[in-house]
Amino acid sequence: MSPPPSRRGVRRRLRRLVGQWPALLILATVWVLLWGDLSWANALAGLGLGAVVVLAFPLPPIRADGRFRLVPACVLAGRFVADLVVASFEVAFTALRPGPPPQGAIVRVRLRNPDDVFLTLTAVLSTLVPGSLVVEAQRRTGIMFLHVLDIEASGGAAGVRRDVLRLEERVLRAFASDDVLARCDLPRPGRPADEAPRGGRDDAGEES
Amino acid sequence: MTDVEPGTLTAVADVAAALCLLAGAFLTFAAGMGVVRFPSLLARMHTVTKPQVLGLVLLLLALALRVRSWSAVAMLVLVVIFQLVTAPVAAHLVGRAGFRTGKVDESELRPNEMDPGAVDDDR
Repeated sequence: MSPPPSRRGVRRRLRRLVGQWPALLILATVWVLLWGDLSWANALAGLGLGAVVVLAFPLPPIRADGRFRLVPACVLAGRFVADLVVASFEVAFTALRPGPPPQGAIVRVRLRNPDDVFLTLTAVLSTLVPGSLVVEAQRRTGIMFLHVLDIEASGGAAGVRRDVLRLEERVLRAFASDDVLARCDLPRPGRPADEAPRGGRDDAGEES
Repeated sequence: MTDVEPGTLTAVADVAAALCLLAGAFLTFAAGMGVVRFPSLLARMHTVTKPQVLGLVLLLLALALRVRSWSAVAMLVLVVIFQLVTAPVAAHLVGRAGFRTGKVDESELRPNEMDPGAVDDDR
């Protein structure tokens, strides 16, 4: 942090520190959790180390057009936990049952919204949850390629697409702004579970 | 939290911890079996992301139920969060690297919608 103390550089660094206060806060929290007890020394050391990390390893700012909604976020989290349990036991039994391994496949899914944050969240969650694994993701177009462990149990390529689009819808409802929701053709008061026909519309365009 | 009366509450917590330990051990075992038994790289990555993650979460949950101290629980929560965040990324990178270097037998994938000709042509 000591090199040429030109006034502009210092000011730029300060601005970055202030602009990335959430990262600073998260890093300090992690530090306190790692030490296991909350004391002034730990909190200040965490903040100092966080500042060093933010300044030494600068990351591009995340442009997120979003807001947090509590109820849809709870829906997302609840479904995630339930799906994680189901998916884990399914894969576990697939691994243990005798007989040949299931038929795998690669399915292409076009997401509604290719914004980085939502694409990343959907990709991470869809790797953890349904019987799928993201092999390739294209930021520009919002297309993901998923490997499916057992294509028949997942309801074929159309079933996989429907599941992933529903997952994306839950993510968008939890974190996206009204603008994004309107652009993605998701009416506000709806429930994620009632949107079955909506997923089918995107499928039709994909079978080129 | 250690000064809870040694009555029903601790007994319930202990039983729940035991069940979580058993389920977590089963899932972790199944994940290991999957890595051995599945024939392809991508199928193996599935066992690394799903049963393994939930297995670890259950084992740590059991630990939290048994230890009952906030500082330990905080640390365990941290482990769970990092596991949830990093496991899919690691599996994705391994799978993608395998795909790009031709370590994946694409003839076994049906359907395979990753045809080079089909990519990027519609937009």
